[in-house]
Amino acid sequence: MLESILAGLSGLGSGALSLLSTQGWPNFVMLLTGGALLYLGVRKGVEPLLLVPIGFGCMLVNIPFGGLNEEGGLLRTLYEMGVANELFPLLIFIGIGAMIDFTPLLERPSLLLFGAAGQVGIFLTLLLALALGFTHAESVSIAIIGACDGPTAIYVTSQYAPHLLGAVSVAAYSYMALVPIIQPPIMRALTTQKERTVRMATPKTSVSARTRLLFPIVVTLVGGLIAPKGLPLLGTIMLGNFMRESGVVARLTKASENEIANVVTLFLGLAIGSTMEGHAFLTPQTLAIFGLGFLAICLDTAAGVLFGKIVCWATRGQVNPLIGAAGISAFPMAARVAQAQGQRYDKKNYLLMHAAGANTGGQIGSVVAAAVMLSILQAMGIN
Amino acid sequence: MDKWSFGLTLLGVGVAGTFLTLWLLALAARVLKKLFPLEPEERP
Repeated sequence: MLESILAGLSGLGSGALSLLSTQGWPNFVMLLTGGALLYLGVRKGVEPLLLVPIGFGCMLVNIPFGGLNEEGGLLRTLYEMGVANELFPLLIFIGIGAMIDFTPLLERPSLLLFGAAGQVGIFLTLLLALALGFTHAESVSIAIIGACDGPTAIYVTSQYAPHLLGAVSVAAYSYMALVPIIQPPIMRALTTQKERTVRMATPKTSVSARTRLLFPIVVTLVGGLIAPKGLPLLGTIMLGNFMRESGVVARLTKASENEIANVVTLFLGLAIGSTMEGHAFLTPQTLAIFGLGFLAICLDTAAGVLFGKIVCWATRGQVNPLIGAAGISAFPMAARVAQAQGQRYDKKNYLLMHAAGANTGGQIGSVVAAAVMLSILQAMGIN
Repeated sequence: MDKWSFGLTLLGVGVAGTFLTLWLLALAARVLKKLFPLEPEERP
């Protein structure tokens, strides 16, 4: 009887004992990290929709013997039902497509090229990751942080380096939120006072409803035919946008941008948090990933601004190079940063509509860059 | 494939492919605007 009671009692507090043992320190550190993510999300407003479930998932998976990440456990089930098979990021893409208005971009379609320049950081970071000794597949997954697009980063990483998913996702979402802090010094360093005060002509309203309706179909066809491996990314974002512009499936559009996106965001966040188990997460690799992710965003910004300078020169000063920094996917933060920097040097300079066009171009650009990268990798036999 | 061939191939083909695709999309958007201009009733 006494033995039975002692055996029963030994089951209580086993988590605490494991945590306080010498083997438990990685879980202890990650519990603090989960708490820090919750603090950032709740108190600082840093991407709370993602960081709150990620932070909580991180805490759940680091409490020893909880079993949530074992076969049949809640977090493992969520991971397998939507991350391992890339379903969740694609469902979120339908919602994103339903929320995007491409009108500012369609007013001036050449702004799409800013969306291309804003992705150069992806490919430069790939070289840096390779130089640091990461494998081909790992380097691809780290470089994609430069897409500045959470779902794209998750989609690519879950295919090529699922063991890096936690670090890549947290880096991608954190740096997206830090765009207003990361970009301005680079923008100022690469432009002259004269360039920053360039005023751009007010765009005319020139986009018909039919153009807006057909644009997502054209993007799907052109992008899908050039880089078919990325069709799931392009196709889902354009499906959402087509539903929005068609106006005949308002219920589906609303469900995509609200209920479906919200439920999937919760599941996705928890599933990503489940990949942050201390023993697997606390490695020098994770630190390197955060460093490379930061560089990726800096390189994107620099490439965008330098491309803007070239366009400014080619158009004899009709384009403000600051909007080049908005050619990344972080919407609408990057556009607001360009506007704020422009107004810092000329209070009456209104760059927002142009920057918003470049920013939506960046949203398409990030998906196209990922699609191109995936198609090249497939052709190289790296799947 | 060694890492530099891999990285430089992705850099060259990736950047060129991204620019080319987005340039084609910009071209297609221009064509769409020409084919379907703003109708008078759509003007603000």
